[in-house]
Amino acid sequence: MTATVPGVRRGTGPLPRALHPGAWWLWALCLAVVASRTTNPLLLACLIAVAGLVVARRRGDAPWALSFRMYLVFGAVIVVVRVLFRIVFGGGGGETVLVTLPEIPLPDVAAGIRLLGPVAAEEVLGGAYDGLRLAAMVICVGAANALANPKRLLKTLPGALHEIGTSVVVALSVAPQLVESVGRVRRARRLRGGVGKGRRAVRGILIPVLEDALSRSLALAAAMSSRGYGRTGAVAGGRRALVGTLVIGGLLGVCAGLYGLLDGSAPAALGLPLLLGGLAVAVAGLAAGGRRVRRTGYRPDRWRGAELLTVGSGLAAALVMHLATEIDPTDIYPSLTPLSWPEVSALPLAAILLGLLPGYLTPPPPSSEVPA
Amino acid sequence: MIDFDEVTFHYPDATRPALRDVRLHLPEGELCLVAGRTGVGKSTLLGAVNGLVPRFTGGRLAGRVTVAGQSTEERPPQEFASLVGVVGQDPLAGFVTDTVEEELAYAMEQLAVPPEVMRKRVEETLDLLGIAELRHRALRTLSGGQQQRVAIGSVFTTHPQVLVLDEPTSALDPTAAEEVLAAVLRLVHDLGTTVVIAEHRMERVLQYADRLLYLPGDGTVRDGAPRELLPEMEVAPPVVELGRVAGWSPPPLSVRDARRHAPALRRRLAERPPPPPAARPAAPAALAARGVSVAYGRKVAVREVDLDLFGGEVTALMGRNGAGKSSLLWALQGSGPRRAGTLSVAGEDPGEREPAEARELVGLVPQSAADLLYLQTVAAECAQADAESSAAPGRCRALLERMAPGVEDAAHPRDLSEGQRLALVLAIQLTCQPRVLLLDEPTRGLDYDAKRAFGALVRELTADGDRTVMIATHDVEFVAATADRVVVLAEGDLVADGPTAEVVCSSPSFAPQVAKVLRPEPWLTVDQVRGALNGTGVVS
Repeated sequence: MTATVPGVRRGTGPLPRALHPGAWWLWALCLAVVASRTTNPLLLACLIAVAGLVVARRRGDAPWALSFRMYLVFGAVIVVVRVLFRIVFGGGGGETVLVTLPEIPLPDVAAGIRLLGPVAAEEVLGGAYDGLRLAAMVICVGAANALANPKRLLKTLPGALHEIGTSVVVALSVAPQLVESVGRVRRARRLRGGVGKGRRAVRGILIPVLEDALSRSLALAAAMSSRGYGRTGAVAGGRRALVGTLVIGGLLGVCAGLYGLLDGSAPAALGLPLLLGGLAVAVAGLAAGGRRVRRTGYRPDRWRGAELLTVGSGLAAALVMHLATEIDPTDIYPSLTPLSWPEVSALPLAAILLGLLPGYLTPPPPSSEVPA
Repeated sequence: MIDFDEVTFHYPDATRPALRDVRLHLPEGELCLVAGRTGVGKSTLLGAVNGLVPRFTGGRLAGRVTVAGQSTEERPPQEFASLVGVVGQDPLAGFVTDTVEEELAYAMEQLAVPPEVMRKRVEETLDLLGIAELRHRALRTLSGGQQQRVAIGSVFTTHPQVLVLDEPTSALDPTAAEEVLAAVLRLVHDLGTTVVIAEHRMERVLQYADRLLYLPGDGTVRDGAPRELLPEMEVAPPVVELGRVAGWSPPPLSVRDARRHAPALRRRLAERPPPPPAARPAAPAALAARGVSVAYGRKVAVREVDLDLFGGEVTALMGRNGAGKSSLLWALQGSGPRRAGTLSVAGEDPGEREPAEARELVGLVPQSAADLLYLQTVAAECAQADAESSAAPGRCRALLERMAPGVEDAAHPRDLSEGQRLALVLAIQLTCQPRVLLLDEPTRGLDYDAKRAFGALVRELTADGDRTVMIATHDVEFVAATADRVVVLAEGDLVADGPTAEVVCSSPSFAPQVAKVLRPEPWLTVDQVRGALNGTGVVS
């Protein structure tokens, strides 16, 4: 029997920890696949809500976690732009004309293009559905970005890709430095009597900035190598080429496979088989390259139950959605001609709700605040 | 621990060797101070320890450098990462990651240290250097002293036996410099790390050094205990100079040493009070600022500062790193942002003028003075400066000649020494003859001689009583020797404003060494003491 000590509150649920960034990315990509498979606005809205809810429950308090709002705004912009395009470039039109705008006559050269003119409900809705689908996919990526530190994801790269990962990290930190440097030199130019004109002014800014950047990168290179960066040991040239070919070929396969999977109209052979094949080749290449590189990671992220559950829920969602399109595609692509109110059936809705699981079943993120 | 065996090093295309016949043996656990004037090869010597010289710089190295028996000839710098930790002059330039904790782990990751060990060492290092509360902070948001400590920690996590530090405190305010040195001392005392440290501001490090490596300038390295070498060195911190003037033997290395001799010297100086501060001319202020505020978003950098600068006066602007000194200078020049307040220079507000007109009212030499230079030769820069200021051709060149005689016309501005480059920028800014001149950290990177020459130059600029100069600086010794008046900023507020002696002697961190020794008498510089002693004829 356990005695409860009065006054000591026992927390419930799993210990807070940050999930492996790869898990969040896989989950989000699966949701994006789900989004790509439907134009039903109700389902898509549901999906965005699911992504938003999981982000709200599981994001940390780091700066990148605040970027989700930006992606929502971006999504809204996508929808609006899509609809505006349909209105401006009228296109085929439809039966149900909502309003007739004055048409701008175009010369014969531009035959087939119509500017403004009658606005049909079918057109507007079609644009909105399409836009919403794209927006939902973008928001899924945004969710991954908010949930997982992008730099930690780079750190989980296999050993053979470590150098590339470091270059990306360095490049990311160089960009703001360059901006800062340009600002500083521009201010300094004003001290010498101002703005100048044309090529001369550009030169006055460019030369100090470039000199600065060059000496900075030399300093960084010296610092990095004196701290052991690039300590590869001897790897034969032929082996390097083999590793490179395997990795690049494999990644190309993965890209093509993903394309096949996302585009419903692509031949089936281009989808899953190519994806898996490419993945296998790439992994083989990385394993071959990684064996020679001796390096470890600080506080490595591990794959544990919660990570598997997260990825599993994403995969399950994608799978159920796939099944739903096979069984009954009518609700998934709501008809525009004739116009009909979109309806939701149980199976696709269940697929989307599966994506909600990580929001409740994974451990919450740790807080960086120090308790008082 | 570190052995140099008949090392001679030539930079590519150099006629004279940067290091010549250097034979050194540095035993384990010592703190070695590398001293010498600018450009004598201090950085070269430090770089040779882990093989960055010649592998990164090019050039020809003869002889052998070994660390713990490993020769730099056979293994690249990468392989020395577990033996030698190197921290450069600008810590920010050497950071690879973006948070403190990851930066500390980076070198260990490269060396394939097991994750459990890595975790433990990061925690130890955070405590050792007193940066535990910064662990999740972004590196760019840290202050200079914190960055320097993180940089030391980031090389220290691999437990190197040797730590090489190039000018670790030259960009820091006195308090931050003490924090960094305290951290280094702890590594030396508790862990037996061998530390090789180059520093222009010898007064900060000398008292802790077990061994002095002095580079007289001909490529050789003299090696010995500080007390033995000091008498023959041409560069020496004020406390040593004071010992020489007062005839103390052995020469004191620290303020504490010197204070034991101080009572006698105070008695000798008793009849001769230090010269009173020069009376301020009655003329109206050359620059009058009222309620000047600078804010970046919601961060207030300068808050409602009222300040008058008078012709003929040299004013020092002091304060912690990040106290708002640079923001204030830029606002006073007119080209920096100013949220509120008014400025008046000869009845005009430089902030409301075009840049070309503003610089005729107020000249500013920014912290990275080289930003102002962009042409290929000194002559071209001077000609451009004359054109910009619509001055008679040759005026800039004449100014430069007066300030730094012997700079060649065809030289590239980047190839000049720190002191010469500063003189060039100063000449460019003085070509249009502004009445107010503002300088941001000009003495960074100058050795004692160059600093003294620069101080004399500043005094000369204000000698006619018309021009006023304000210098933002951390260098208390320079302030003591040069400034008439000190203004202190803290968190954007003006917290002190008065004659130099009054302000610096009352502050523990801003007091120069001579003032610390002779406290409570308001003596500031060795020159003052020397003058007084010579006057009374009691100099020994």
